[in-house]
Amino acid sequence: MSKFKSLVTAVAAVGFMASTAAHAGATLDAVKKKGFVQCGVSTGLPGFSNPDEKGNWVGIDVDVCKGIAAAVLGDASKVKYVPLNAKERFTALQSGEVDVLSRNTTWTLTRDASLGLNFAGVTYYDGQGFLVSKDLGVSSAKELDGAAVCIQAGTTTELNLADYFRQNGMKYQPVVFDTSDQTVKGFEAGRCDVLTSDQSQLYALRLKLSNPSKAVILPEVISKEPLGPVVRQGDDEWFNIVKWSLFAQINAEEMGVTSANVDKMKSSNNPNIQRLLGTAGEMGKLLGLSNDWAYNIIKQVGNYGEMFERNVGQGSALKIQRGLNALWTQGGIQYAPPLR
Amino acid sequence: MQSSPQPQVKPRKTGKWWNDPKIRGIFYQVLAALAVAGFLWYITNNALTNMEKRGITTGFDFLSQPAGFGILQSLIDYTEADTYGRTFLVGLLNTVLVSVVGIFFATILGFIMGIARLSHNWLISKIATAYVEIFRNVPLLLQIFFWYFAVLQALPGARNSIEIGGSAFLSVRGLYIPRPVTEDGFGWVIAAFIAAIVLVIAYVKWDHKRQQETGQILPVFWPSVAMLIGLPLIVYWLAGSPMHWDYPELKRFNFAGGIRIIPEFMALLVALVIYTGTYIAETVRSGIEAISHGQTEAALALGLNNSQRLRLIIVPQAMRVIIPPLTNQYLNLTKNSSLATAIGYPDLVSVFAGTTLNQTGQAVEIILMTMAVYLTLSLTTSAFMNWYNKRIALVER
Repeated sequence: MSKFKSLVTAVAAVGFMASTAAHAGATLDAVKKKGFVQCGVSTGLPGFSNPDEKGNWVGIDVDVCKGIAAAVLGDASKVKYVPLNAKERFTALQSGEVDVLSRNTTWTLTRDASLGLNFAGVTYYDGQGFLVSKDLGVSSAKELDGAAVCIQAGTTTELNLADYFRQNGMKYQPVVFDTSDQTVKGFEAGRCDVLTSDQSQLYALRLKLSNPSKAVILPEVISKEPLGPVVRQGDDEWFNIVKWSLFAQINAEEMGVTSANVDKMKSSNNPNIQRLLGTAGEMGKLLGLSNDWAYNIIKQVGNYGEMFERNVGQGSALKIQRGLNALWTQGGIQYAPPLR
Repeated sequence: MQSSPQPQVKPRKTGKWWNDPKIRGIFYQVLAALAVAGFLWYITNNALTNMEKRGITTGFDFLSQPAGFGILQSLIDYTEADTYGRTFLVGLLNTVLVSVVGIFFATILGFIMGIARLSHNWLISKIATAYVEIFRNVPLLLQIFFWYFAVLQALPGARNSIEIGGSAFLSVRGLYIPRPVTEDGFGWVIAAFIAAIVLVIAYVKWDHKRQQETGQILPVFWPSVAMLIGLPLIVYWLAGSPMHWDYPELKRFNFAGGIRIIPEFMALLVALVIYTGTYIAETVRSGIEAISHGQTEAALALGLNNSQRLRLIIVPQAMRVIIPPLTNQYLNLTKNSSLATAIGYPDLVSVFAGTTLNQTGQAVEIILMTMAVYLTLSLTTSAFMNWYNKRIALVER
């Protein structure tokens, strides 16, 4: 497996050598030509991107991909998923193996500025937390001096953890695995005392434990982890499409447009809704899409709130509160620029 | 038959220089070299241009920037504040460690099993055969997973560790053993050990000379062992035992103190040793079988006993057959150690071509450096084995 991974990276490296420079708009043309969106997702994280019992990919990150496919091709099912671990994800995007990376990826300056990538918004505001076994009797992360900590390789988590322990004058042993599944296995076997990751992931990973009630998530949140879709730099047209697909979903929630009432809303006389659904104005055209692009997203995938509740909120096994991810009008910080 | 003396054919000076085969040869070689260099220049330049266009940082500046992540096992001092360049060293040393220790044990295991397969004892030879056939035919990655997930992760937690001799502890967190801490005066013990080595070499040389002159053989092995262990021990006692042990102690989460051998290392080492051992066993067996039976009969006729026959007649000749394929196995083991990343052993691929690559995103530079390291390690091993092979090769007269 790991040989294969090195191979992927090496091949990607060679990819740079052989390919010629991309021109703006190349991604949209390529996607239309091949008839599907190639989307990089995780190797399995409940709520975000995870195959269900039938083998279909589901999750909030998956729905972002579906939204893009609905906007561009008019059909949310026209997505091909490429499962990537944390180490492979950026190379896969850089080398053109995927059109968009929607894989619970944290937006940071280094990634934005030095990898040749652009973050196209925030699907989920997260923060790093700690999962410990109840038997340890630990109630705060400050008591973790000397603990062995399971982490996934190649994440911001790895860096935050080091910073946090150093700041608090504590020592730790990092036990680094390639996939989040392996970190759970290591945690269950007792290889480490603590499992650290973004809090949303911890809720998801706790479900994978054989006895979830024996583990608790500590109250400390030690970092900011805004997660969102990523595209290659240098193709602004595609960057805009990915950005505005997500904004359309957030705006739709704000206007009260859902997948259930979107057809009825088409005859609404609210100019905002008319612009969103393409019954007035030429918003889609400006993006290089058809004018019913946002209608397709909402009809087939739903608005942001629907997407959230279905995958990680009350309609899911994770039951995560909206919290920071509520709309700005409801005490959260999810806010999209106006569609006009 | 009469043969007329052939006049010395001199290259004709009269021909055009471009008809000279020598000059033509050089011309085509230069042409080929230029084509290869041009191609390399083209793809490198193309890669750099493309990466620059896409806004990807290139160059080796990242090596001096702080890494900011922790590493589980390091042979040199390493903290999160150290540079990416240092993570390269840490990873490299971890790779070298598991390769060297792996080669050492795989060689021992392979030789024992290879010889055991030829044993006349039915049980011993069948055990060796079963070992070779089972472990040679299961993929190495699965074996690593087996040792790590099925065996080592099934061990009890740190608080219920298995105690070995009251001072070593085995748990899912690894093996904790006491660490010797040297005090003033330990230098004498080291000096005694070096002196013992010199003495052993001198003794062996003297014994050899004596054997040439008188034909008598003195025991070598046990006196050497006695000298190597005994002399330092006596000095240690005379110097007033200048050493104490740092015992591992159970703290809140883990053991602290002592030496910690992490389970990732153990699993990788066991898997590499057992897997490579099968190939070495087969190599050894084929080497021994290549020696004609006449050699054994001749040795019997001279009255050599079993162990002498193996040690003085068979193995030295078999070595000539064994060494070249053995080199291959050493190289394989070193390269296979990169599977470490599958279970999180912090080797070069896991730390440098894994975490560092991901944090900096400079795939091309890092993969090139990593490939260069494996190439260097392999070429070094190869050069050493070639030198050894030449040394023991049959001197033909």
